[in-house]
Amino acid sequence: MTSQAWINLAYLAASMLFIVAFKLMSGPRTAVRGNFFGAAGMGLAILAACFDPAVTSAVASRGAWPLLLVGLAAAIGGGIGATMALRYPMTGMPQMVALLNGFGGAASALVAGAELASTVAASAGDEPAAAALANLQPWTQFGIATAITGLIGGLTLFGSLVAFGKLEELPQFKKAWTDPRRHWINAGLAALVAVLVWAVCAGPERQFFFWLLVAVGCTLGCTLTLPIGGADMPVVICLLNSYSGLAAAAAGFVIDNVVLVIAGSLVGASGLILTAIMCQAMNRSLVGVLFGGLGTGPAVADDDVYAGKIKSAGAEEIAMVLEGADRVVIVPGYGLAVAQAQHAVRELADVLLQRGCEVEYAIHPVAGRMPGHMNVLLAEADVPYEQLREMDDINPSFAETDVAIVIGANDVVNPAARTDPTSPIAGMPVLDVDKARTVVVVKRSLSPGFAGIPNPLFAADNTLMYFADGKKAVLDLTAALA
Amino acid sequence: MPPLLLTLLADTTALAGGGEDPFSRFVRLLTVFLLAMWVGFEVITKVPQRLHTPLTSGSNAISGVTAVGALVVTASLASVAGSLLGFLATTLAMVNVVGGFVVTYRMLQMFNPKKGSKNGPKK
Repeated sequence: MTSQAWINLAYLAASMLFIVAFKLMSGPRTAVRGNFFGAAGMGLAILAACFDPAVTSAVASRGAWPLLLVGLAAAIGGGIGATMALRYPMTGMPQMVALLNGFGGAASALVAGAELASTVAASAGDEPAAAALANLQPWTQFGIATAITGLIGGLTLFGSLVAFGKLEELPQFKKAWTDPRRHWINAGLAALVAVLVWAVCAGPERQFFFWLLVAVGCTLGCTLTLPIGGADMPVVICLLNSYSGLAAAAAGFVIDNVVLVIAGSLVGASGLILTAIMCQAMNRSLVGVLFGGLGTGPAVADDDVYAGKIKSAGAEEIAMVLEGADRVVIVPGYGLAVAQAQHAVRELADVLLQRGCEVEYAIHPVAGRMPGHMNVLLAEADVPYEQLREMDDINPSFAETDVAIVIGANDVVNPAARTDPTSPIAGMPVLDVDKARTVVVVKRSLSPGFAGIPNPLFAADNTLMYFADGKKAVLDLTAALA
Repeated sequence: MPPLLLTLLADTTALAGGGEDPFSRFVRLLTVFLLAMWVGFEVITKVPQRLHTPLTSGSNAISGVTAVGALVVTASLASVAGSLLGFLATTLAMVNVVGGFVVTYRMLQMFNPKKGSKNGPKK
C-alpha cells in the first residue's frame, strides 16, 4: 500500500496549500495569490487522484480509457464553469456563487451514489464482498456516511437553486413561503430522513433508499429555503456554502479520502463562521432566520409615520446643501446594486473630494445580498477601499457629519431598531444616519424594505427624500454640483 | 474495484484479525475532520469583513474538491451505473471548481485595479 502513502502525502500537500490560500485571504493583494494557491492545491489533489489504486488498476486492464473518460468530464465541466464565470455580469455574482455551490453539493451526493452503485454491482460476483455487504451493522461508518452525504448533497443542491431563483428575482420566488404548516412538513420530512438513514445502513435495497433519501434532501432544501426573504439571503448563502463543504467532507468519510475531509472541513468552518457573523449583524438567531417569519410588531400603518412629514427635494436643492458640506457619508444598500449606480456614486464622490469635502462610505454588514456585497460593488467602481468604513467604526462620527446620502438602503438605517422595542427589527444594529445634520434618501418611492415596515427616518425633520432612480439621481446631482 | 469496496474488504479481513477495523478508521477520519475544522475557524476569523465575498467565493471553489472523489469513482470503471453517475459528478464538480476560482479571480481584480486605468477592468 505504499503508493497510497504517496498519494496521501500529495493530498496533505494540497491541504496545506488550501490552508495557506485561506490565510492569504486576509488582504486584497495577498488574496490574489491565495486564489492561485487554492487552485494549485486543487490541481495537485486531482493529479494525485489519478494515481489512486482503484484508478491505476482500471488503467492497467483497460488502457487509457478511464482517464480519457474523466478528462472529458473535467473538460466539459471546466469549460462550462469558465464560460459562466467569465460571461455572467459581476452584479449577478451572489446568485452565481449560489448556483456553483449547488453543483458542488450535487456532485457530492452523486459520488456517494456512484460508490454505492459500484460497490453493490462489484460485490455481486464476489463472495467475501457480498458477505461483507450483507453483514454490515447499521452503525457502520459506510452506511451512515453514504446516507448523510446523499442527504446534505441533495439539500445543498435544491437550497442553492431556490437561493438562485430568489437572488435572480425570478417571479416564482418573489414571495417568501410563510404558510405555518411548513413546520409540520419539515418535521415530517426530518422523521422520514431518520428512517431512510437507518434503511440505508441496514439494507438490503440500499440504493433505492439512498436515492429516496436524496430526493427527501432535495425537498428539504426547498422547504427550508423558500420561506426566507430576499434580504436574509446573505445568511442562507453562507449556510449553503458551509453545507457543500460538509457534504464533501462526508463523501471523504465514505471513500476514505483525507483531502476531501480536510478541504470540506475548511469550507464548512468558513461557512459557519460567516453565518454566525451575519446573524450577529442582524441581531437575530440562526433558528429565527431559518424558521421564524419576521416577527410581528403592532401593525404600524405607513400613513401614521409618514403623513405630512415627507419633504422631497430635487437635484438643485440637494446640491446646494452639499456645497456647504465638509463631511459627507454615503450609505449604499441593495438598491445601489439594482440601479447599477456605483460608478455614478464614485463620480459624485470625486466632485465632492475636489471641493475639499471629506467623503466616506458606511457599510452595514448585511447591506446587499451577500457578505461584503457592497465592498465588491464599490471596488468595481474603483472606490479606494480606505474610504469604506465598517458600521461600528463609523457610527460615532455621524454626529459630526454634515450630509448622509442613503442610496438604496432602508432597514439598515431605520432608527426604529434602536428606539422601538416592539419593531420586528428591534435590537438589530443599524447605521445612525439620523444623527447627521442632513439626511438625503435616494429612493424610487416610499416602498418598504425587506422588513415590510415604515421607516421613521424618511419622516424626520432633517431628512430630504430624493425620489428618482438611483443612477439618474446621482448623475443629476453630480451635474448640479459641477 | 471501487475504493469503497476495497475498504469494505479491508474491514472484513481486519475484523478477522490484523489491519484497521472500521471504527478505528472512523476515529482517524474524525480526528482529521475536527482538527481541520479548528484550523478553519482559526484562520478564517482573521479575514476582514471587506474580503468576505471573495472568501465565500473562494471557499465555494474549494468545496468542489469532491471532483477528486468523483474522478476516482468514475475512472475505477467498477460498474456502468457507477461510472455514469461519477461522470456527471465529475462534470458538476469541475463546474464548481473552475467557475469558483475564476469568479474569485475576477472579484479580486476589482479590488486591485491596474494603475492608469480609469474605471478598472471591465468584464
